[in-house]
Amino acid sequence: MRVNPRIINRLVRMGLNVQAFFTVGILIIIVAIIFFKGFPHTNFAFIFSFPEDMGREGGIFPSIVGTVQLALLSILLATPLGLGTAIFLTEYTKESLFTKFIRFGVESLAGIPSILYGLFGFIFFVIKLKMGWSLLAGVLTMTIMILPTIIRTSEEAIRAVPRQLRIVSYSLSASKWETIKKVVIPAAIPGILTGIMLSIGRAVGETAAIIFTMGSSLRLPLSIMDSGRTMAVHFYILAREGISMEKAYGTAVVLVLSILLINVLAYYIMNKAIARYS
Amino acid sequence: MDTKIAIDRLRLSFGKTEVLKGITIKVHKNTITGFMGPSGSGKSTLISVINRMIDFENNVRIEGDARIDGTSILDGSINPIELRRRVGTVFAVPIPLPRSIFENIAYGPRLKGTNDRTTLHHIVEDSLAKAFLWDEVKDRLQTSALKLSGGQQQRLCLARTLALKPEIILLDEPCSGLDPISTAKIEDALSELKSEYTIILVSNNTKQIARISDFSAFFYLGELIEYNTTEKVFTAPAETRTEDYIQGKFG
Amino acid sequence: MIDRTVLKEHFVKWVLVAFALSSLLFLFLIFIFILAEGLPLFLKVGVNKIIFGMKWAPTKGHFGIFPMIISSFLVTVGALIVGAPLGLSCAIYLSEYAGKRARMLLKPAIELLAGIPSVVFGFLGVIYIVPLVRNYLGGSGFSLISTSLVLGVMILPTIISISFDALVSVPRTYREGSAAMGATKWQTIYKVIIPTAKSGILASFILGMGRAIGETMAVIMIAGNALRIPTSILDPLRTLTGNIALELAYATGDHRLGLFSTGVVLMLIIMILNYIANFGIKRKIAK
Repeated sequence: MRVNPRIINRLVRMGLNVQAFFTVGILIIIVAIIFFKGFPHTNFAFIFSFPEDMGREGGIFPSIVGTVQLALLSILLATPLGLGTAIFLTEYTKESLFTKFIRFGVESLAGIPSILYGLFGFIFFVIKLKMGWSLLAGVLTMTIMILPTIIRTSEEAIRAVPRQLRIVSYSLSASKWETIKKVVIPAAIPGILTGIMLSIGRAVGETAAIIFTMGSSLRLPLSIMDSGRTMAVHFYILAREGISMEKAYGTAVVLVLSILLINVLAYYIMNKAIARYS
Repeated sequence: MDTKIAIDRLRLSFGKTEVLKGITIKVHKNTITGFMGPSGSGKSTLISVINRMIDFENNVRIEGDARIDGTSILDGSINPIELRRRVGTVFAVPIPLPRSIFENIAYGPRLKGTNDRTTLHHIVEDSLAKAFLWDEVKDRLQTSALKLSGGQQQRLCLARTLALKPEIILLDEPCSGLDPISTAKIEDALSELKSEYTIILVSNNTKQIARISDFSAFFYLGELIEYNTTEKVFTAPAETRTEDYIQGKFG
Repeated sequence: MIDRTVLKEHFVKWVLVAFALSSLLFLFLIFIFILAEGLPLFLKVGVNKIIFGMKWAPTKGHFGIFPMIISSFLVTVGALIVGAPLGLSCAIYLSEYAGKRARMLLKPAIELLAGIPSVVFGFLGVIYIVPLVRNYLGGSGFSLISTSLVLGVMILPTIISISFDALVSVPRTYREGSAAMGATKWQTIYKVIIPTAKSGILASFILGMGRAIGETMAVIMIAGNALRIPTSILDPLRTLTGNIALELAYATGDHRLGLFSTGVVLMLIIMILNYIANFGIKRKIAK
């Protein structure tokens, strides 16, 4: 039985259309549920007060602070390391066995699941280096986790800078490093920033690696050796222990909202950059 | 006439391909010397030796010598970075840096440590004036250089090199994409500049070479075929090939 | 003056080399330390007893993780069954059908989906999917099928973005040539574009699998934590990742070593998957 290919074409088109919007629909449903169920419980007090009774009451301030500390410190460490690696790979070497080695290292790091980072961070930072469950252990683990992303996006951004720009800079008597510093990196900033935003998003949402390195203390981390919670960890514990549905939803709202904002910021930066250079 | 640039039996190969086959030429100080010849004759490559931009190519073998004011620029006795301050280059396609007009011109001086606002402003005004661009942009120095027209951008690139107070200016087909008016402006600027600078103009446009250069060098397939005053080369060329090229029989 | 700039340039270069080597250093450290903790038990108890052992009771000396290996594979395959067709369809839609407006809506949506944390998926899965399965299909709801459903959604962004890249890199001339021969759009896609993008699409599936098998938080919230091999899709299970995450906090001595051994097995599986995926991508580039 031969069906008219035009009819099949139309049916397929409809089917694909449906599936695509179904996927978007899933996202919308997720966000909608979180917001509708969580917003009633999210208010000024929630964000700025401390949890009481294991989180049954009160707010999530310490975990917000913990999240910010973790994300910021990890970015602070990973950006020079990652950007430096990207600069090296693009400006200082040609493709060789050595660069293949480095890329292998980076790609492998990218493929390691978070629980294995948790295992590593736990045995290496928490136990062997005697940091205990601490912000420091969490930050160091997180830095390694986001390093591949920073390297990848920075490298892409640097490669996209037109060769002619470098030539011009050299012809105006700039050295290699001066050219990189004054022309290449500024031109690559939007791409680099996007990578940073993506990594912040990852740090905010990560749980498995953090719970075994930073721990889950309810106190506000005041020093780098203090343990603490991130929002994601707090959320997980609330949900798993069945402590409080309302507080869980509330935490989820702040969590998802932060990630949404980070994504929007990343988009804004990217688009501003595209406008600037065309 | 004083010799500013002396090239002596220069040979250059990219891998197995020989691009310059033994060039010997003396470029005179404070003149406009035109390098002409069809594509692939080695004119741009020769330029890239003089400004040492050849350093950025791979697989290059160079023999022979090139000297500026008597000092070799190929034997390691000079610093290429310092050389590029003394030898400014304007490329065929104008590439403004993605920043303001002011900062484009100030880029070079800032590299050399000049950061005082007033000094920079003097340099910017002076350079733009010499490039015949000052009047058109003096009210919008802080706007992006990317917004300028092609002809303006090219004059910006000329001003950029002037800001470093070079001794030699190399221009590689600077007017290739420009309208006649912009071309004329650049040619006028160059004619004025030669009293202070030594200028080499690479061009496929023989009429332009005839218009403004004092000396002309005809290159063909990596060899220097003829080099003399422009008047002689264009009215009574010694070589048939030169004559044929000028008459447009090939190119 | 010459010496100072040259010295500075050299200094910069070597600092950057050190930075670049740090990635290898970290990889090395991770490898070494997980192996260092994970291998001893293999030597002490025997590889077979661990990998093929059916009983996990580490405080009593049983370190069998076979059921978890199977469970990990089952949820991964399940996730692929859910995510691959849907993901590929979305990728095809994005690359071949979507107009500019649709693309501008879909692409950010996919990226946002990728950014939703695992714990949120797990949470919503527990609250909505688990009861749904329990009420309409039976069992406790904490099951293979619930986990596969949620994991399938979680790996959608991976599959979509990599398949999309593979599809758009099919040269325009292929599409034009096929259209010139009178093929409908779907025929072109089906006969020309998909076969050309085949290795990239396959790579996306394998990378999706890699993500699924490494997923932890959502899985431990939804899969139910049973130590037996699931016999039906409604049975609860525990994955390798779950094993580690559920017990690491309080494990000591050999128990803890057992969790690291679980980690070693997981690491091995991921390495194999990544190798296969890279092999596939390299073939695509070679074409």
